Amino acid sequence: MGVELTTTRLEDAAKWAKQGKLARIPDWGRKFSLFTYPFVTACCGMEFMSVAAPKYDIARFGAEFPRFSPRQSDLLMIVGTITEKQGPALKRVFDQMAEPKWVIAFGVCASTGGFYQNYHAMPGADQVIPVDVYIPGCPPRPEQVLDALMMLMDRIQDGRGHSQLRLKREQMIAQKTEE
Amino acid sequence: MSQKVLDALTAALPGAVVRTGSAHGDEIAWIKREELVPAATWLRDDPKMLFDAPVFCTCIDWLDWKPVGRPVAEYWNETKPRFTVAYQLRSTTHKHRLRLEIELPENDARLPSLADLWPAFNWQERETFDMYGIRFDGHPDLRRIYLYEEFVGYPLRKDYPKEKRQPLVRRDDLPINPIKGPHAGEHK
Amino acid sequence: MAPITDGQSLKQLVLGRKDVQDMSDTEADLPPDLMTVNMGPSHPAMHGTVRIVLTVDGEKIVKGDVQPGYLHRCFEKESEYATYTQVFPYTDRLNYVSPMINNCGWAMAVEKLMGLTGKLPRRAEYVRVIVSEMSRITDHLTCVGASAMELGAFTPFLYLLKCREWLYQLLEKVSGARLTHSYVRVGGVSKDLPDGFAAELLGCLDKIASVMVECESLLNNNKIFRDRMAGIGKLTKEDAIKTGCVGPIARAAGVDYDVRRDYPYSIYPEVEFDVPLGTTGDCYDRYLVRIEELKQSMRILRQCFAQIPDGPVMSDDHRVTLPAKGATYNTIESMIRHFKHIVDGVRVPAGEGYAFLEGGNGELGFFVVADGTGRPYKAYCRSPSFVHLSTAEMLFKDHFIADVVPIFGMINMIGGECDK
Repeated sequence: MGVELTTTRLEDAAKWAKQGKLARIPDWGRKFSLFTYPFVTACCGMEFMSVAAPKYDIARFGAEFPRFSPRQSDLLMIVGTITEKQGPALKRVFDQMAEPKWVIAFGVCASTGGFYQNYHAMPGADQVIPVDVYIPGCPPRPEQVLDALMMLMDRIQDGRGHSQLRLKREQMIAQKTEE
Repeated sequence: MSQKVLDALTAALPGAVVRTGSAHGDEIAWIKREELVPAATWLRDDPKMLFDAPVFCTCIDWLDWKPVGRPVAEYWNETKPRFTVAYQLRSTTHKHRLRLEIELPENDARLPSLADLWPAFNWQERETFDMYGIRFDGHPDLRRIYLYEEFVGYPLRKDYPKEKRQPLVRRDDLPINPIKGPHAGEHK
Repeated sequence: MAPITDGQSLKQLVLGRKDVQDMSDTEADLPPDLMTVNMGPSHPAMHGTVRIVLTVDGEKIVKGDVQPGYLHRCFEKESEYATYTQVFPYTDRLNYVSPMINNCGWAMAVEKLMGLTGKLPRRAEYVRVIVSEMSRITDHLTCVGASAMELGAFTPFLYLLKCREWLYQLLEKVSGARLTHSYVRVGGVSKDLPDGFAAELLGCLDKIASVMVECESLLNNNKIFRDRMAGIGKLTKEDAIKTGCVGPIARAAGVDYDVRRDYPYSIYPEVEFDVPLGTTGDCYDRYLVRIEELKQSMRILRQCFAQIPDGPVMSDDHRVTLPAKGATYNTIESMIRHFKHIVDGVRVPAGEGYAFLEGGNGELGFFVVADGTGRPYKAYCRSPSFVHLSTAEMLFKDHFIADVVPIFGMINMIGGECDK
């Protein structure tokens, strides 16, 4: 590509340490107040409801209130099977979200298609949009979902979500072309 | 269970019924395609029959029919009709059930629609059209219901491969992009 | 542009119309033609994914074009490539709020074609009915909870989901999975109920009953809930029958049809339960019918535990059972038989048959065409949600856009079952 990117974890850790505290605070804020858009299609929706319910309580991570509009949310949770007919709708919802945005593929149908290998089920939502965290399971246990959420929060803090990396790449390209 | 339904049907409309049968407690009547609407109307309105509740409408494709343990004469070949459309009906007053089966050849897979008699068959016939390609004459709104308009082919037919996808949208940076990449158009 | 001197020119400026005649304020603001509003395929009503294209005249719906199929996962095509036992996970995902019932339905269809109906061990039938009724309770809890939440009542949602969580834990003890169990097999169930299950479940039912009292006190006489549900989406008895409605929707309209009572299967002739009937067929009646059915399911569960006998939970018919483990590991014939059973599947003689039972939404049936091998030739699922969704267009007519939410919620369209 011609632009230097941070590619090894050692370089990443070094950069993060050199980054000032002020630069890390927005990411810290973002990770603890995720506004989810639950793109619920199928059975995993029931486990999503269980995760949001009192026992497994996603609210303690700050990701409590689902914003049912892509314009107001930053975490797209693709819950359930995506079919070819749904593809354009999913892409549109993703495009309408403002940067920085993250995507969790909840369930094995959204990750790879699951055991639905046929003419209509898309083999994973990442055929259409870039996904940050994949949660396997059919449906995944709520504990797996919370684990994935914590994994995503680590990613957000490190600035390694797909959209954050994309923004950084564009910034670096813009800087390089200015020179 | 309700053999008398079959007997009454054969007595009232002998020209319509090709044959009757009973299997595993279900009563089945094979009906000629041209006589389907008069037979169905009679079944709905006759006071002894009163089949007012529709149950389902579906189609069977006999292309790969090679039953194990049956004589070879029962296997499907091109001389036999390829599709059978099945309608299941139920009566709320008399509590009997009936299945109507209509055999259709492949090159002329058309059938008069029963959507006017029982509104439930409106969507079910659309589903049968979508999956098997059976055309229902007189249907108010025959278009695809499960699949999208751009889909080519009828997937539940036995000659449609299970994993032949026709994607509408894919990411631009996929390694193998079935829409735009070097392998475009080669759906597996 | 001329300077603004009077109210008329201000209207022209704001509305951009060339000739605003001397109309009243409200008339001037409302355009006369019909507008198309799209609700779908991803929308907050968490009941699956469906697209509704509404043509509205102001707020009133003139025509609603419901387009399902966004979750068409090709159950029928997949079943043709799977053995009869491998189809059980696919059936779980049909009506995913009451998965045990779908499992039982598929097992009943295959057993009908093999001639095993009525020949299963009694304990197997009782276990099937116990888990089916538990699934029916989870179905009604989810439907009522989600519908209440869509109308703004968040508290009953949390309370009912708490109850559902207790049932999920019990179902996990029975089958190993919280949601998609695949517990039933052709010829019985895969394993017996765990020890101490009866006491736990009966304690859980008592807790659920007390939570239901709380929820009913929150919802039944709640003015907002009643105003939004009563009189909305009325369905007459004749229309319900003609359009193929079954289950709580038909019973709310006054159609007295319950498969468990009218075409009894399994051990339902030996338990007593009432079938609630509504009068007006509106959304409020459907809600009341569901709540009452929930209580009747709890009644059936208590009777089942009082009557359940001991014994095997799987038929000993050699066509459907695996050989005993001792024989499988020690004799070559049993090992070969085990291998053929798993790989080829349960061999069902050629024929066709339709078996049906009372699902969470009504008459759920499976029409199976078998060809003598271990894989179905055709497996069609008669899904009640699909039929009920086809009545939605009729129910939306002349209602407001905001009424779409309770109507759609109370139809309980489960995407997996509707789109198969």
